[in-house]
Amino acid sequence: MRPGEFARWTWRQLTSMRTALILLFLLAVAAIPGSLIPQDEVDPAAVFAFKADHPQLSPVLDSVGMFDVYSSVWFSAIYVLLMVSLIGCIVPRARVYARSLRARPPKGPRNLARLPAYATWRSDEPVDVVTARVVGRLRGERRRTHVYLSGEVVDISAEKGYAREAGNLLFHIALLVVLVGVAMTGLYGYKGSAAVVSGRGFSNTLTQYDDFSPGARFDPADLSPFNLQVDDFSVTWKRQGAGAGTPLEFTAQLSVTESPGATPYRYDLRVNSPLTVDGTSVFLVGHGYAPIISVRDGNGDLAFSGPVVFLPQDSSFTSFGVIKVPNAGPTQLGFEGYFFPTAALSEQGQPFSSFPDADNPVLSLIAYSGDLGLDTGAPQSVYVLDKDGLQPYTMDNGKPEALLLRDGKSVDLPGGAGSIRFEGYQRWVKLQVAHSPGTVVPLAGVIAAIVGLMGTLFIRPRRTWVRLRDDHGRTVVEIAALDRVSGGEPGTHVADLMATLQSGSVPADARRQAVSDRGAALVQRDGEEESER
Amino acid sequence: MTETLASLSNNALYSATVVYVLAMLAHVLEWAMARDLPAPAVAASPALVGSGSPVTGAQAARSGYPPTGPVNGTGAAAQALPDGDDPAERSDRFGRIGLSLTVLGVLLHAAGVVMRGLAAERVPWGSMYEFAITGSLAVAVAYLFLVRRYSARWLGLLVTGLLVILLGLAVIVLYRPVGPLVPALHSYWLVIHVSAAAVSGGAFTIGALASVLFLMRSRLERKAAAADASSRRGFLWRLPSAEAIDRVAYRVHAFAFPLWTFAVLAGAIWAQYAWGRYWGWDPKEVWAFITWVVYAAYLHARATVGWRGTAAAYVALFGFATFIFNFVGINLFGSGLHSYSGM
Repeated sequence: MRPGEFARWTWRQLTSMRTALILLFLLAVAAIPGSLIPQDEVDPAAVFAFKADHPQLSPVLDSVGMFDVYSSVWFSAIYVLLMVSLIGCIVPRARVYARSLRARPPKGPRNLARLPAYATWRSDEPVDVVTARVVGRLRGERRRTHVYLSGEVVDISAEKGYAREAGNLLFHIALLVVLVGVAMTGLYGYKGSAAVVSGRGFSNTLTQYDDFSPGARFDPADLSPFNLQVDDFSVTWKRQGAGAGTPLEFTAQLSVTESPGATPYRYDLRVNSPLTVDGTSVFLVGHGYAPIISVRDGNGDLAFSGPVVFLPQDSSFTSFGVIKVPNAGPTQLGFEGYFFPTAALSEQGQPFSSFPDADNPVLSLIAYSGDLGLDTGAPQSVYVLDKDGLQPYTMDNGKPEALLLRDGKSVDLPGGAGSIRFEGYQRWVKLQVAHSPGTVVPLAGVIAAIVGLMGTLFIRPRRTWVRLRDDHGRTVVEIAALDRVSGGEPGTHVADLMATLQSGSVPADARRQAVSDRGAALVQRDGEEESER
Repeated sequence: MTETLASLSNNALYSATVVYVLAMLAHVLEWAMARDLPAPAVAASPALVGSGSPVTGAQAARSGYPPTGPVNGTGAAAQALPDGDDPAERSDRFGRIGLSLTVLGVLLHAAGVVMRGLAAERVPWGSMYEFAITGSLAVAVAYLFLVRRYSARWLGLLVTGLLVILLGLAVIVLYRPVGPLVPALHSYWLVIHVSAAAVSGGAFTIGALASVLFLMRSRLERKAAAADASSRRGFLWRLPSAEAIDRVAYRVHAFAFPLWTFAVLAGAIWAQYAWGRYWGWDPKEVWAFITWVVYAAYLHARATVGWRGTAAAYVALFGFATFIFNFVGINLFGSGLHSYSGM
């Protein structure tokens, strides 16, 4: 095989329906792992936890992009191939379609009786009268109609349903528009989130984000220079009856300064009610508790003080967090543990949270001393304690000791290493900031796709052929119809047409026409019931 | 008031489950009575159309039935039995009873769903229990619509059987008392997104059941092509031809697919309002996408040589499996943002 031939062969294979079908299946299968294995894009914390739980498996999974399925090479390869296959399919089809729009409906086959729907009878009227009636009727139904004359025989061809292929092409082109639109939006936009403790503020600069994913063409200068102050965050829970513990409403009261020097205004940020500043939207996507903690070190100095963001672990807001005290002397101190907003003891004596509101806040922490590992240069999560250089304070039995702290209480660390005090708590909100310019393109694409899809699924192209032959002043009429897609009832159409033509043996004035149309509708309904049973 | 309505709703749904059980039993009898019945002869006339003989109006009207090879010439198998003790008549009577009971069940079911909504003073789509009772109602209504439009009572046994399972599981396993909506659901997009998903889900379900019957019937037709006509006995032979069943299945899927596309789109727009992104590969979104892709493959398969018929029907069933997994598997075992199941 010469290279040219091979290329053509490959192209034919790629653009065949069978390949498209296989690529669709591959796409479906390839999407599955992303729903089972945590994804970096979706939940980085879950990825971190997964990697910690599966140290053997994780490097293997990572090497094939399992933590980032939807941007992985293999996932991209499938949908790029699908797009190429799609283009290779729609370009020739569009050409064929353009030609068919200009073409006449083709003349019927020699033997009409072979077609799935067929009827014949003898009319008492001459050929030209029947021809006029047939053409009038077919054109009246907005079928493209052409009359072929060949000797004694009049061949009338009609076709309807050209919009189906238009819908089909529109749908597939619209899919390309959606994909390109989404890619463009991602290119220039950005998305990020930050946990902001109530009473504190957030400025829209890179350093203030906890995580930030910019598009490839993103320029930090594009960040609109607004500032938000979280004045208060209120949350109401259902306390009584069924569904107790469900949040009823949460609202973050913001003071918004759109640009430096502008007058601040109040905004109540809620779920489903984002704030929009200069094309950038701010969403309330989560909340939690930030216990206020102060730590005194072995030297008696105040080494740490302030609210620490704890991450909720369940619907009762049992929250996990880490306190790092690098300034403690003589050794650094670290704490890790849980915050229980409404602490209760299980039958096994384990503390847990019985309600999401802070009715009985308790901290349970394990204290460590040693080296926090902050000087190694490796990036560290604020939610994880690097325990390589740390030793836990242990109880007499050698197990790490959990310090239980009630609101306003303090506990001394063993051996005069210092003390930790639980001063109270604040709430924090997770704000998501997103700028996605040009989303109107994919949106328009999806709407066009649905319109096209309905066209391609609900419009049934149908060809109708009527053949008239003179028989001593009478006319032999043959009608046949062929649907170009399955699912229709060409037989009903033929019966309908026949009923109209036969009822017209008397001159067809407008009123009679209306009557016969109603009759035809009756025939059609009966016919449908017959055929569907 | 809330309490009264909620308990009325529960009673209506319990009753609906019981009535569906009775309807299912009636349909079981419908099938059982037809066990020894020979295939009816009605398929003969479309065969005439296919064979190319000139026909009259009434016959042409029926030619919506494309010619079905194996059924041709079964006229001899028709046996005229006296009325009264005619097994065909008995089978049909049980079928009619099943349908009547199903209508009654749907009325109770609908009343239960509506009262649940009134009790909660919102659309009843706030927990998995409520999704299940609404989704199964969509299945039941879609079935009744098909019965009216296409005389699809032949779906009765499978539909009532599934309704018993769905509604039974809902009231026994998934039940949750009336509760408030979580703030994430405080949006009119809930109505748009969930209603589109429920209606298309109901249609996908009916499409899957029709595909099952199509597979059973076409297997039978393939096997019977070799055997003689007298071996064609039982209820499956009283169904429409495999091709006619396939056509109903296709129409239902063709209705459901654009609606599903719309449901996913509405979800994406809502996600933008609620979470600040249109699409984030949340597990629910992933599986909605997978369902979409598989049903897209189904529509393509129907237009691909070698995939029409049986293979396409299996693709449709696979699509339905992904849909069910999204509803059950992801709600129960998955994490992610769509965790409103209340489980």
